[in-house]
Amino acid sequence: MTTPATRSVRVFLVDDHRLFRAGVQAEIGQHVTLVGDAHDVDTAIQGCRATRPDVVLLDVHLPGGGGQAVIQAVHETHPDVRFLALSVSDAAEDVIKVIRAGARGYVTKTISPDDLVTAIGRVHQGDAVFSPRLAGFVLDAFAGDLPPGVSSEDPELDQLTTREKEVLRHIARGYTYREVAGRLHISIKTVETHVSAVLRKLQLSNRHELTAWAAGRDLL
Amino acid sequence: MTEPQRSPHPTVPPPPARTAGDRVRSRAGRSGFQRRRDGQVVAGVASGLGARLGVDPILIRIGFAVLAFAGGAGILLYGLLWAAIPLEGDAAVRLRRPATAQQGVALALIVLGILLLLRAVGLWFGDALVGPIVLAAVGSAVLWARSDDHQRANWSRIGGRVPAGAVERAASAPVSPVRIAIGTLFVAGAAVGFIAANDALDAAGDLVLAVVAAVAGIGLLFGPWLWRLIDQLGAERRERVRQEERAELAAHLHDSVLQTLAMIQRSSDQPRRMVALARSQERELRGWLYGGATTTGPATTVAERAAHLAQEIETTYEVGVELVTVGDAPLDDQLHALLAATREAAVNAARHAGVEVVDVYLEVDPDEALAFVRDRGRGFDPAAVPDDRHGIRGSIVDRVERHGGTATVRTTLGEGTEIELCVPRDRRRTDVPEA
Repeated sequence: MTTPATRSVRVFLVDDHRLFRAGVQAEIGQHVTLVGDAHDVDTAIQGCRATRPDVVLLDVHLPGGGGQAVIQAVHETHPDVRFLALSVSDAAEDVIKVIRAGARGYVTKTISPDDLVTAIGRVHQGDAVFSPRLAGFVLDAFAGDLPPGVSSEDPELDQLTTREKEVLRHIARGYTYREVAGRLHISIKTVETHVSAVLRKLQLSNRHELTAWAAGRDLL
Repeated sequence: MTEPQRSPHPTVPPPPARTAGDRVRSRAGRSGFQRRRDGQVVAGVASGLGARLGVDPILIRIGFAVLAFAGGAGILLYGLLWAAIPLEGDAAVRLRRPATAQQGVALALIVLGILLLLRAVGLWFGDALVGPIVLAAVGSAVLWARSDDHQRANWSRIGGRVPAGAVERAASAPVSPVRIAIGTLFVAGAAVGFIAANDALDAAGDLVLAVVAAVAGIGLLFGPWLWRLIDQLGAERRERVRQEERAELAAHLHDSVLQTLAMIQRSSDQPRRMVALARSQERELRGWLYGGATTTGPATTVAERAAHLAQEIETTYEVGVELVTVGDAPLDDQLHALLAATREAAVNAARHAGVEVVDVYLEVDPDEALAFVRDRGRGFDPAAVPDDRHGIRGSIVDRVERHGGTATVRTTLGEGTEIELCVPRDRRRTDVPEA
């Protein structure tokens, strides 16, 4: 999607595979403003602090502590930098870890360049980006009631609303936000609001199942 | 020294790694003694001397040991040589001349001469001690000299492959019966002589002395053999484990990755096929490396079975299948029917929609199971499907309806198709027993 809106988005790329960095630069270089790249946790933290990008494309598996270490360190000094996690791994615990560390979204590395640019634009505007698989993870994690004996400090955080589940289900089925809006007869903005709310719950909920599930499952 | 220990040597084949070039270089590098890193026991003096003189290091070691009892001359000599002889460089050329009987005898005579000299000078612990030790040393030399060379030769003859049965090989090492008999005689004679020579000692100590002498004799007879055996067993086990790991990895890579790479090279003009191959290989390799939802072996749950189906469709129809499953349950009749219908729908999309990716979403909860199969392909007009095409009607709709479920087909020409399937779980039905 070659929208002028994304042209001015300053993007920093973090991945330990040089070939992948080169590929992404070639694919999205004309649609966004690339301000730098890094190959491990330390250089990523330094680079992000020095260039102050709008959006950081962040590999989940990174030598020196993983993607979440970068998010935590950069957010300490620059809380407004937004992160979009990229991964070849669909292991639930990796994804949940990086989302709970503060990433605004998660996509797999097989994403098409157009979709990636769209996702970057969305994260830049403060919305959340859920791949179908991440939507599936979240539905799984929030399925059912709280286990007996676990009291909920904030019930609102520990359950998804019917509408949120509906939106997530459509995303898991492969619908774009626009298609979800069309199907549910709501605006794209409303879809984005729902997804952002789910992201917030995913990051903040101390739902017991979330961690137990994330540690115990390794979906492929 | 006796002749029998030398008899096997002419049959020893040269180490296979040696070439004419090696020999030329070895002559050039043979300017002096060097202590050896390989085969060293203490500091490599004996092994270096042996290499230089072409004598088995074991004979040299025995010589040193005997001289050590002659007033400590052997230890002194060893120390002097240690200080005087440099340690070889890493890339030192190996020189090994075939040992001859003459050299063995010469070495024995040299040691004997030094012994007699020391005896005359007075550096001597006494005949009663040195005599039996010399005798035992000769026996040990007869038994153990060079026998490890035959084993090494056996190893290299087999050409790097590690054969099974180190015990058998070590036991059948070419120590001839004659040598065993002669060596044993010498050692036993030494033990008896030692006991006899010390008869004058306190009678109470006789038994202890006899036991010690016997143990020492047995140690001389079997010690080196046992030590070598243990060493070989350990080395062989380590090597075998390494080989098995390597073989398993190689076999797997050959069956999967290499085959796929070959197929990709052959289908470079068919991008879709290349992508499909890479995709299915990725899925398989990921399963092999990280475990998780495996795509081999019998599936017992919905998620596993769905992963199998997705891979099968990807491989067969060269499309990507984006599978998302939420919830899981053991397979039963209802879920089997749902999955069969889902598969049919996905195959239809793969064959007719003209897309590269089909989205499949499965959700299992306690009351019902849902499946969505979606493509962004060309879509179709349900009314225009000829009656003889039973795919959607028979394989998909009827199948789930037979199990009390529903099927909904949404399709728009040019925009794609979505098939929604839903079956109730077993608990709601009375005519199907609980799975």
